[in-house]
Amino acid sequence: MLDLLSGFITELRNAGLPVSLTENLDAMEAIKHIPMEDRDAFKYALAATLVKNNSHWRSFETVFEVYFSLRGPEYAIDGDVDADEFWREMQEQQRQGEGNGGSGGMEGLSPEELMKILMKALMAGDQAMMRALARQAVQRFAGMEPGRPVGGTYYLYRTLRNLDLEAMLEKLMEISRQEVSGELTALEERLERDEHEDQIEKFKQEIEAEIRRRLVADRGVEAMAKTLRKPLPEDVEFMHASRDEMQSLKKALQPLTRKLAARLARKRRHGRKGPLDFRSTVRHSLSYGGVPADPQFKYPRPAKPELMVVADISGSVAAFARFTLMLVYAIQGQFSKVRSFVFIDGLDEVTEYFKNTEDISVAIHRVNTEADVIWVDGHSDYGHAFEVFWNKFGKEIGPKTTVLLLGDARNNYHASGSWVVKEMRQKARHVYWLNPEPKSYWNTGDSIVGEYGTFTDGVYECRNMRQLEAFVEKLA
Amino acid sequence: MTHRFDSVQIVREGLKNVHYLADDGIAGVVFLADRLAKPVLVEGPAGTGKTQLAKSVADFLGARLIRLQCYEGLDESKALYEWNYKKQLLRIQADRKSDSWEDVHDDIFGEDFLLTRPLLEAITSEDPVVLLIDEVDRVEVETEALLLEILSEYQVSIPELGTIQAKQIPLVFLTSNNTRELSEALKRRCLFLHVDYPDMEREKEIVLTRVEGITENLADQIARIVRSIRQLDLKKAPSVSETIDWARTLVLLGIEHIEAEQAKETLHILLKYQTDIAKAAKELSIEK
Ligand SMILES: Nc1ncnc2c1ncn2[C@@H]1O[C@H](COP(=O)(O)OP(=O)(O)OP(=O)(O)O)[C@@H](O)[C@H]1O
Ligand SMILES: [Mg+2]
Repeated sequence: MLDLLSGFITELRNAGLPVSLTENLDAMEAIKHIPMEDRDAFKYALAATLVKNNSHWRSFETVFEVYFSLRGPEYAIDGDVDADEFWREMQEQQRQGEGNGGSGGMEGLSPEELMKILMKALMAGDQAMMRALARQAVQRFAGMEPGRPVGGTYYLYRTLRNLDLEAMLEKLMEISRQEVSGELTALEERLERDEHEDQIEKFKQEIEAEIRRRLVADRGVEAMAKTLRKPLPEDVEFMHASRDEMQSLKKALQPLTRKLAARLARKRRHGRKGPLDFRSTVRHSLSYGGVPADPQFKYPRPAKPELMVVADISGSVAAFARFTLMLVYAIQGQFSKVRSFVFIDGLDEVTEYFKNTEDISVAIHRVNTEADVIWVDGHSDYGHAFEVFWNKFGKEIGPKTTVLLLGDARNNYHASGSWVVKEMRQKARHVYWLNPEPKSYWNTGDSIVGEYGTFTDGVYECRNMRQLEAFVEKLA
Repeated sequence: MTHRFDSVQIVREGLKNVHYLADDGIAGVVFLADRLAKPVLVEGPAGTGKTQLAKSVADFLGARLIRLQCYEGLDESKALYEWNYKKQLLRIQADRKSDSWEDVHDDIFGEDFLLTRPLLEAITSEDPVVLLIDEVDRVEVETEALLLEILSEYQVSIPELGTIQAKQIPLVFLTSNNTRELSEALKRRCLFLHVDYPDMEREKEIVLTRVEGITENLADQIARIVRSIRQLDLKKAPSVSETIDWARTLVLLGIEHIEAEQAKETLHILLKYQTDIAKAAKELSIEK
């Protein structure tokens, strides 16, 4: 057991979770009190000692599933059976024509009968039955064979294709309608649909878990853990984020901005010394026999900066631009004013989009669809965009303004227009450049970030949220 | 040492008896906190029952709840102890001529001049207590240091007086709304519990226990609607306390089954932003 745990913790560390020695010891202590058979409680006990940041939960869960998926009462194998043995057992049972665990007796069912049982289970939200059916479905449809070098998503796809859960959803809706003998109101339709989708989602998760379980049995824990390893949200690269990752990034953005805003507000309050804090001074004086030898002060607020964001929103850097805009607007209270401009080869101001709505995602959507950013061919032309910016808005840059330039500075070999950046810096308080590309790519090919950089107060690598956050904190 | 709880199940049932609906995660961590004698750091969105958890555990155990409400600027003198400096000054003035400074010093830094604050009170208490350090993310990082000793050693060191050991190890809950990253040192000392919005079944149970005179049917419908609303991309999702407020309102209005009309008219109790209300109304097709 301790071996299993130590392998598990090593893998958590490999996945990027910061597990300290104390936490390691706590986990060892914790599992003495909660039996592994109580899988959920066991999982939460481990999490409570090992995961101290909620955005790491998903990574934790994945590793947990891999390490402990072959253990637990619902699989009817005890803690010390090793994976090979388990696999043989499973094969054996398959040959004998009966599933292991709860799925006994399902082998003989016709596909139609199986779907009927599934429908009932989904209607009733019967989790145990769903689990048994998920096993049965994987056994029948996934076509898994030991040693085959195929990813889990392939098996998932095959299983789902055979089950056709879309059609199932419609059937379930039909039943819902029949139950009230006729029409559902629009509200009821929505609620029923959400309920069925929720159950179907749970069923899908059972299928995924089953596939993972079999893969673990086949390939071994360590190999599987390695295959499934994914970066933590704060380390996901903006430029290569998948849709799923983008989604989890967006989720992580809200707590992050709240944190940032609170931290910045606090920072602002603690700048220089202000008027005397009488109470505190008296308190401190006691150590000096009542003489106020160590006067204490209250703190005033320094001024908030004014921000102008100028962002390249072409192809590969679009996600980065969107993300930075979201972040900036989510903490706009920290700035006295925020104006934003987007460009590809033409440039457009989008400040209004953010003013007229409370909903940042609506504004972002308008940036994507309405902003007029194409001048000739829709390939980035920093030089032209900067010139347009300078001619139209240059005079509005003042000594309180901080200008943020966002992009990879891949200029398609157009004229750089870097004189604009130079002029900006003359007038502005600060000019910074944020680049989502890894530093090692800068100034290769058509990237001319170095040329622009010489005229700024600094170029920052912002590949992921961790770096972006660090920069924004410094800024405000 | 004797344990407070025999099993996770008992924690769950005990909390249920005092009208707190815990899931396996919550009950499991409370159980573990007792076994490992470690504080629990509870984090999660607003209004999901973080503060209530500590109160309910105290209630269930019949223990006294001692609460330290954190705020920016909280210091040692409000959290741990304070020397009664008015009394000290008087003492210093009164004895200026007769006593040596040494004597006066020893005297004024004795227990008679000590005012206990929540943390010190929690560990010196004779009877069982649950200590709640609420909204710990509001204090500055530096102030966190004040908590470390008590959280790991269950003791308080007072330079002028020495170290005061706990008479008994209290259950300790810290809550955080996650407005800033807490220090590693603090997190290391705690078990971590993320309390999220409850799933539909649990929310229904919460509504049933917390709202008087509600029917099962209405509670079910409320929990479903709230679940659907939480799936939307909102500025601020409804909290459990908002669900409860909404349920109470509906009961007061004598509603037994929610139709589009009533949902639309009461949606502002659940959602605080105009854009969120509009979005939810549209998605649930309850616009007029
Ligand atoms: N699991 C639960 N069982 C019963 N009631 C609950 C539960 N969760 C929340 N509630 C109800 O919600 C109310 C709000 O909870 P509470 O004040 O503890 O939230 P909180 O998480 O501390 O919020 P905040 O972050 O705003 O301080 C409680 O008074 C209680 O009535
Ligand atoms: Mg609270």
